[in-house]
Amino acid sequence: MDFKFTDAQIMLQKVAKEFAETEIAPIAAEVDKLGYFPKESFEKMAKIGFTGIGTPVEFGGSGGNDIDKAIVVTEIAKKCAATAAILSIHTIFAAVVEKFGNEEQKQKYLPKVTSGGCLGAFALTEPNAGSDAASAKTTAILDEDSGEYVLNGTKCFISGGGQAQYLAIFALTDPSKGLKGMSCILVEKGTPGFSIGKIEEKMGIHGSETAELIFDNCRVPKENLIGVEGKGFKIAMSALDGARVGVAAQALGIAEGALEETIKYVHERVQFGKPIGQLQGIQWYIADMATKTECAKWMMYRAAYLKKEGLPYTKEAAMAKLNASENARFVTNLALQIHGGYGYMKDYPLERMYRDAKITEIYEGTSEIHKVVISRAVIG
Amino acid sequence: MNIIVCVKQVPNTNEVRINQETGTLIRDGVPSIINPDDRNALEEALALKDEHGGKVSVISMGPPQAKEALKEALAMGADEAVLVTDRAFGGSDTWATATILAAAVEKVGGYDLVFCGRQAIDGDTAQVGPEMAEFLDLPQVTYCKEIKVDGEKIIVNRFTETGDYILEVKPPVVFTAIKELNKPRYPSARGIFEVYDGPDQIKVYTLEDLDVDVTQIGLKGSPTNVYKSFVPVRSKNSEIIEGFNNKEKAATLVDKLCDLKLI
Repeated sequence: MDFKFTDAQIMLQKVAKEFAETEIAPIAAEVDKLGYFPKESFEKMAKIGFTGIGTPVEFGGSGGNDIDKAIVVTEIAKKCAATAAILSIHTIFAAVVEKFGNEEQKQKYLPKVTSGGCLGAFALTEPNAGSDAASAKTTAILDEDSGEYVLNGTKCFISGGGQAQYLAIFALTDPSKGLKGMSCILVEKGTPGFSIGKIEEKMGIHGSETAELIFDNCRVPKENLIGVEGKGFKIAMSALDGARVGVAAQALGIAEGALEETIKYVHERVQFGKPIGQLQGIQWYIADMATKTECAKWMMYRAAYLKKEGLPYTKEAAMAKLNASENARFVTNLALQIHGGYGYMKDYPLERMYRDAKITEIYEGTSEIHKVVISRAVIG
Repeated sequence: MNIIVCVKQVPNTNEVRINQETGTLIRDGVPSIINPDDRNALEEALALKDEHGGKVSVISMGPPQAKEALKEALAMGADEAVLVTDRAFGGSDTWATATILAAAVEKVGGYDLVFCGRQAIDGDTAQVGPEMAEFLDLPQVTYCKEIKVDGEKIIVNRFTETGDYILEVKPPVVFTAIKELNKPRYPSARGIFEVYDGPDQIKVYTLEDLDVDVTQIGLKGSPTNVYKSFVPVRSKNSEIIEGFNNKEKAATLVDKLCDLKLI
């Protein structure tokens, strides 16, 4: 058993930390306040190769694996959960193409999203199909004459949907078969018939744009099918397993960031003639926060490790995500509480972290859906 | 355009404390970094390579752990790295260091430009680059703020306290970089995986590999000896002169200065 990072991971963490502190932290409050997609930050992450972690060098990626990706997402989430979410969700697209795409698709799309600065997105959710993905209505019917899929329907709550150049859309190629008729179709931004609907106003992660996607007789070449027809749901579930490790990494970063802020604060804040860190009530809060965060960290890295090794990890990813997201809410809540009135003010980052933490319990599967996944694996 | 960059591994002085009794640095647990000005030198070399092609070689003289600085330079995009290390080099002052580095630069050879940082944050001498240029018998431009290639010539802005000098030079030449020159890039993720997970790419030169006069290197070959290093004690013995008006205050001040026989 070995709980150590490799030399490369230690260096990667150092660089990601410096990058987050220098490039991301100074604009985090502004991105939250104004709610804009930090395009420049994304371009910087592409330049340094963070967007290509987990994709082999031969496809324009940076190399590395899921542990490496988690290290970077965590460090960025410490300073800005929205930017970490953008990076983490973006990499799902590359993961889908790399695992299920054919050679031509890999050569064509992967270099664009790993090192080319193009954003990728993943679109499964629909207004009436959240946890219940089987209720999805969007269709992609093959027009044999033209050799094109014709997409119709609406996707909602799609992270980066309005900004992405390339999107993996899950649609029914054979509506009569339900989930077994679902396929994964690649759609490029600007394709006629594809438009962006409502941009959501959210409680947190304001920098990570959440969009509605509308398909109205949107035609794409049949070569845009990823994998085979009817296997879309399997692709989506596989992608979500990986995405859950990503959410766990985001949640871990938010908790670590809030904990760091709080430790600094309890040394500086003097009440009753001494720093509040000397009060046992505060000390016990900090002990709980640190212990739970440590737990979130190792559960997340264990799930990432299993994925890297090619071992089954669905249960572990679900547990890591459930635990890390609940911990992020717990830690940011106490961190804000310890900061008192200052924590509630926008001059401090705590209220932002508190709002940002909440989404980790909801997206890429709610806590409740994760309990379904976990209990199925445990009880059988 | 082939470029050699000399870098030094230094303790991160932001995190260094000083032992007040001995006057020495407490280096325990202090992370080592590439000297900041050297990072600017490396960035400029990499940017010139990006624009004009060629090769960037990085040299560092130091103990074996200076390999870490070289690995970081490789992860930033340098093509090759050479560690110059030998017990015989220990205790070298700027003269001896410049002697050894000049020999290492000659050994690497085939260069158009040689870059150094202006000075290291642990010694602050700013002597090694210029001395090395002399030993190499090359022209030098120190305190470079801007470097532009213009055909066969290079136009350099040399930034000094008294003003900027715009100079035109022809390679081969030695430049020393200041922080205003550029913003150093981060090591890339791909670079990190290739360098830290991959095989060791760092070449090592020892005394045997270099053409140096052994009487000019190491502690014995160093004309400078550190007699003592200490932190100057700052004392605040100020006195505020009271008085009804400025005239009265001035008179009191003059009296006091006369008493102290200062005027």
